[in-house]
Amino acid sequence: MNHQGEYVLRTVEERHIRFVQLWFTDVLGTPKTFSITPAELENALEEGMTFDGSAIDGFSRVQESDVLARPDPQTFQLLPWHPDRVPVARVFCDIFNLDGTPFEGCPRHTLRRTLDRAHQAGFTFFAAPEIEYFYFADADPSHPPVAIDSGSYFDLTTSDLSSEIRKESVLTLEEMGIPVEHAQHEDAPSQHEIDLRHTDALTMADTVMTVRLVLKEIASRQGVHTSFMPKPLAGVQGSGMHTHISLSQGDTNAFSDPDDEYGLSPVAKRFMAGLLRHAPEITAVTNQWVNSYKRLVNGYEAPVHVSWARNNRSSLVRVPVVKRIESTRIEYRAPDTACNPYLAFAVVLAAGLKGIEEGYELPPEAATNLFTMTPEELAADGIRSLPGSLNEAVVEMERSELVAETLGEHVFEWFIRNKRAEWGAYKTHISQFELDRYLPML
Amino acid sequence: MGEREEEMEPLLCFPAPVSDDLTQVLERAGYPWKAVSRPEHAETDEPEDGWSGAVISADGDAQGAFALCRLLRTREVPLRPLLLLIAPNQIPELQLREDHFDDFCVLPVRPEEVAARLAHLFWHTGRGLRPELIEHGPLVLNLETYQAAVAGRVLDLTYMEYELLRFLAARPGKVFTRETLLSRVWGYEYYGGARTVDVHVRRLRAKLGEEHAHLIETVRSVGYRFGQGNWAP
Repeated sequence: MNHQGEYVLRTVEERHIRFVQLWFTDVLGTPKTFSITPAELENALEEGMTFDGSAIDGFSRVQESDVLARPDPQTFQLLPWHPDRVPVARVFCDIFNLDGTPFEGCPRHTLRRTLDRAHQAGFTFFAAPEIEYFYFADADPSHPPVAIDSGSYFDLTTSDLSSEIRKESVLTLEEMGIPVEHAQHEDAPSQHEIDLRHTDALTMADTVMTVRLVLKEIASRQGVHTSFMPKPLAGVQGSGMHTHISLSQGDTNAFSDPDDEYGLSPVAKRFMAGLLRHAPEITAVTNQWVNSYKRLVNGYEAPVHVSWARNNRSSLVRVPVVKRIESTRIEYRAPDTACNPYLAFAVVLAAGLKGIEEGYELPPEAATNLFTMTPEELAADGIRSLPGSLNEAVVEMERSELVAETLGEHVFEWFIRNKRAEWGAYKTHISQFELDRYLPML
Repeated sequence: MGEREEEMEPLLCFPAPVSDDLTQVLERAGYPWKAVSRPEHAETDEPEDGWSGAVISADGDAQGAFALCRLLRTREVPLRPLLLLIAPNQIPELQLREDHFDDFCVLPVRPEEVAARLAHLFWHTGRGLRPELIEHGPLVLNLETYQAAVAGRVLDLTYMEYELLRFLAARPGKVFTRETLLSRVWGYEYYGGARTVDVHVRRLRAKLGEEHAHLIETVRSVGYRFGQGNWAP
């Protein structure tokens, strides 16, 4: 037993922990867990726990359904919302095949593989997402979602329930060692945002999983439903996961160059060029639901066109103005909070790395508000659009060698099949829109 | 757990050569030690992580010995523990020097007494051969059980957070660069690179809570330091 394992075992004993939840993530980013008792923990740490993966999205294979969950002791953490008399801890797991090789369907492996590639090139990938979400009265799909407050952007509201819940969630996150940079009321009614401080991308993907769970858990105790649905309400902003990205090389920020007009190094520019060129291919991963594409429309501060700019919030890649050059970073504005963070970070990084490896040229900054340009003007400037639907996104993805390579054949193939099925179900659905509009008329 | 035992730095002994009795005590109890013949060598011969404590005899060069005690105790982070050995006629000299040592023995020493006093002193400071506890202001680390508490509140730390806090808290007042911390605490290539240290410090501060977050200080453009300067544990 190594140090870390010993630390975990001893803590379990000292804190009288009754259950340890083994956490892992399916291919669509849904958190999965099973609990073990402290008695089983030592064995789990040493050998892993076998379970049947056939019922888990993206885990099923033809020949073998059993897989092995191996806890990553570095992620061991008490869950502060469990009562003191029955303390419960969680630990993230990596999934392995029974022969000990990494399981191809495990998103943590996928991300780690891409991070290793960056590492070999001397880079460390840092991510800091902004998590937007809604609080609703319930999750009942038979009626439209009911907001629980009517505040808007940066509103200082007096002791309303949603602010209380958000505050408690932030405190819980801090207790779990997840520093929150900033928490605020967002633009739409009942919409909130929590900005996280940057960490390395693997830790951050784990953190996003934790944050989503904490936000749901804390709200549910007040009978409130937290929703990460990308666009739950028509006519107001959707929930994105704008992600701030930087690469570091040793101790220095590889994106910064104080002598450059934009403060950006050649590495940063090539990374951006890679991200922009491959953006349409990776969108199915960063925006994986039918509903995701209801957010990516004109007029709600969500990106629609493939462009970059310093302060234009309609652009896909934004370069924030920084006070200190060490904070130089870019912001990728496409992802939504309902993505699988492991896979999303992996494809974003892979696209950027490709730009660095191939020395892509960064196109000029988009000067004006692209939303006011006509399709002809956009075409004349060579500005492409992001996929307009899940179907378009899957078509783009299917053609992408970059995505296939990054996700691995197993995940790539399963993901496309799953998303085709989702699109198929959506396509045959007759919506309220159609009934309202066509039934009286046609 | 081999790494912890290696971590004890030598005790400072003054003056050199050390008496046979004292040598025997130190060797038998297994304390690493190093004797210096002149007070100023306490600075120049100091190991990278600082002395783990001092045993200073005032029997020979009394002036030098008391000066050295004062020097060690008026540092930004006073050296602890400090055991003073004095001749019976030097007892009055201790007056108004109470803060310059932690305990004293009257010569000739009885080896068992020196061993017992050292063990007692080390138990208090949490350093040394049996570092069961590290205490620093409101922070307590129990190295046996891997548990940490601040102001009586148990902290739920991840393994690396715990290791980083332990490393820093065992060396209060000393400034470490990110690279040093990375190589000493992580000890291997890690996804985060040197900025991982920043990330873990932030996480630790979040868990320590606003009130105690200052226990880990950022030293601008250098690195981090545990505990405030001039603030004795």
